Amino acid sequence: MSALAATTAELSRWQFAITIIYHFLFVPITIGMGLFVAGLQTAWYRTKQERYQRLTVFFGKILIINIALGVVTGIVQEFQFGMNWATYSRYVGDVFGAPLAIEGLVAFFLESVFIGLWIFGAERLSPRVHLATIWAVAIGSIMSAYFILAANSWMQHPVGYRKVNGRAEMTSLWVIMTQANLLEAFAHVMSAAVVTAGALVLAVSAYHLLKKNEVELFAHAAQISLVVLLIGGISVTTWGHLQGQLVSREQPMKMAAAEALFKTEKPASLSLFAITPFEKYPSKTDFNITVPHLLSFLTDWHWNSKVEGINYWQRQYQKEYGAGNYKPIVAVNYWSFRLMVAIGTLFVGWATLGLWLVRRRRLEQSRRFLRLSIPLLALPFLANTFGWLLREMGRQPWVVEGLLKTSDAFSHAVSVQAVAFTLAGFVLVYTLLAAIETWLVVSVVKGGPAPPAGEDEQPKQIELGY
Amino acid sequence: MNGSFLSLQGFWFVVIGVLWAGYLVLEGFDFGVGMLMRLIGRDDAERKAVIGTIEPVWDGNEVWLIVAGGATFAAFPNWYATLFSGYYIVFFLILIALIFRGVAIEYRVKRPERRWRSAWELAIVLGSAVPAFLWGLTFANIIHGVPIDSHGEFSGGLLDLFGGYAILGGFASLALFAFHGAVFLALRTTGEVRRRAKAFAIRLVVPAAALVLAIFIWSGAGSGAIDGKWIAAALLAGVASVLLTLSLGLVFRDRDGAAFAATALAICSSVAAFFVALYPNVLVSSTRQGNFFGTVTTVNNLTVFSSSSSHHTLALMAIVALIFTPIVLVYQTWTYWVFRARLRGDSLPGEKLLGGSDGRPTS
Repeated sequence: MSALAATTAELSRWQFAITIIYHFLFVPITIGMGLFVAGLQTAWYRTKQERYQRLTVFFGKILIINIALGVVTGIVQEFQFGMNWATYSRYVGDVFGAPLAIEGLVAFFLESVFIGLWIFGAERLSPRVHLATIWAVAIGSIMSAYFILAANSWMQHPVGYRKVNGRAEMTSLWVIMTQANLLEAFAHVMSAAVVTAGALVLAVSAYHLLKKNEVELFAHAAQISLVVLLIGGISVTTWGHLQGQLVSREQPMKMAAAEALFKTEKPASLSLFAITPFEKYPSKTDFNITVPHLLSFLTDWHWNSKVEGINYWQRQYQKEYGAGNYKPIVAVNYWSFRLMVAIGTLFVGWATLGLWLVRRRRLEQSRRFLRLSIPLLALPFLANTFGWLLREMGRQPWVVEGLLKTSDAFSHAVSVQAVAFTLAGFVLVYTLLAAIETWLVVSVVKGGPAPPAGEDEQPKQIELGY
Repeated sequence: MNGSFLSLQGFWFVVIGVLWAGYLVLEGFDFGVGMLMRLIGRDDAERKAVIGTIEPVWDGNEVWLIVAGGATFAAFPNWYATLFSGYYIVFFLILIALIFRGVAIEYRVKRPERRWRSAWELAIVLGSAVPAFLWGLTFANIIHGVPIDSHGEFSGGLLDLFGGYAILGGFASLALFAFHGAVFLALRTTGEVRRRAKAFAIRLVVPAAALVLAIFIWSGAGSGAIDGKWIAAALLAGVASVLLTLSLGLVFRDRDGAAFAATALAICSSVAAFFVALYPNVLVSSTRQGNFFGTVTTVNNLTVFSSSSSHHTLALMAIVALIFTPIVLVYQTWTYWVFRARLRGDSLPGEKLLGGSDGRPTS
């Protein structure tokens, strides 16, 4: 590959990484908050308690601001495969295009049509039908995640296809849509979305509790969010662990890199803190604190099992696929993995602590807990990003594991100048919009919920239209 | 490779055409409303009413584009790959415009400051006009031809995408969507806003019809043999022209619904004329090659047969499309029924609990 082509491929990777990480800042909020708001509106519909109506509207506004950016940055993702990864698109289109097209037709339509009805339809629809519209949005966004993850899981672990006519062709959509890699990733991502929403509601409630604003309302919201966080946190760590075991069988090189395990060990020790030289393909760790036997146990529940290392898989892949470097960047995988796990575990502990405070009726007075809950909101977004870095960078040098290398997948028709131009454009526009979005959400949060209805008034409808 | 129109490739070619027709009819009036919003809405209340006609529906309308793109990816991977990588900068500009337009519609109302609103209104106007122009340019290039090499890759430069025919196509779609949007606004509003929308529709119909006719004539004259396909495309183009003229008369007679149906059908028949004329190609190449005897022929066209997915994928996806497209059509149509009430810009309904209200229904 010429130097110019290599630069085009490299810039295309940066652009894809930046635009998809940015897009995935909004996706978990849409999924998690969609469910949360649907739950609140259901509670209001059932109990007719005004506090649920007020919380639905207040958190609904945050959901709406977020959905706008989520939708428009999502279009970029669908265009980019063809724009920057034309060779990839030709090779995988027969398989990969199907879940993408189904996502649009079955899920994205549902979400996008019903969000309009939910925001603007309160006065024109019966309360029951209006409640159904927010559930349609929530279900649409969940199905959307399922189909996109089906496409992504196929890149991690290609199934239900055959190689023919110089490309991959589908043999079974059913196998693609039901493989373990997809089901476990879906459960993990759903749980992560729930944690993200829980952390968001907790942070917003903590802000108002600290300001002594609407204490009763936000103490209630905080309690709900802590339960949500605990359930989501336990679920995300459990599915994360099971996924780790699956990946160690399906993509052993990725897991070995995530553990910085260079040499095969029997029994294998779990690394707690390792330093690998700052180079693209280091061959050993410089410093490593380990716990004996633990990696063996975590990998397959046996204390003395063998776990193959990076060097072993490098030799295996060279035998299978020819000369080349099949190691991902070890430090990125190792630290993404550890930080993600640390954040997930932290939230289980944080939610437990919060619920203990609730039980002792001390949540509203625990200023330190509340104050710390606000900056903690950054962590789920970081954990979501680390998770995707591990999943995508751990697969390198492959774009489709074992079938197509990333360096062979880019568009030949696109010049390096063109990619540099669009990369700069996306970064500029995305930074600007992120700043505006953050400012808008903060101003909605600070504004707080609308005052309750007067004594003689009927409880309000869900009024979200501008 | 060759094959019959009565094949899965033919079916998917029709499906892609239907998806584009749906997208251009629906987002076409979104574009028109967006472009004209500052001209037809003179003050804040009127602009609320103007944008209020598309606020609840623009999101769902844009999904037609996502599905058209996704269906092309699944059914014709080579078409998708060559088109999107070849027209790289054009698609980038469309994306940026759609991003700004989408967030602008949502964000404009979040703050009352004049400067804030003006800035987002500008984003709505440009974010509507730019893609309205660039879609016309893109379709013109698809059928007129750009350089494509023997690997089926675009081999031209940026300037190859901005030829005279393509630019005329861009202006034709820009004017057509502006007209379509004005007719839609006349249907969906009342009072002063409606009166002004009708005035704009009347002013826009001449440039729209003239530009669309010009691109039809250029296309017809530029193509080679006059065969059955040529005649079918010409008939459809003729229908589109008649419908455009008809819609003007209907606007004059206050038949807003019929006028809108006429412009929507005019867009559908234009898209149909385009796809009939394009078949069996999906991307026309302008690369020419002379043979030993000096005959020059066009080479490297992408056709439905050379760019399609396998029989298995096409058949499976056909079942999915046949099940779910009617469902989508039902609930999307229902949305338009829910939001059927005309909006007006001069009534000031009681301020809502949460930062004002949209243009409220009067019926």
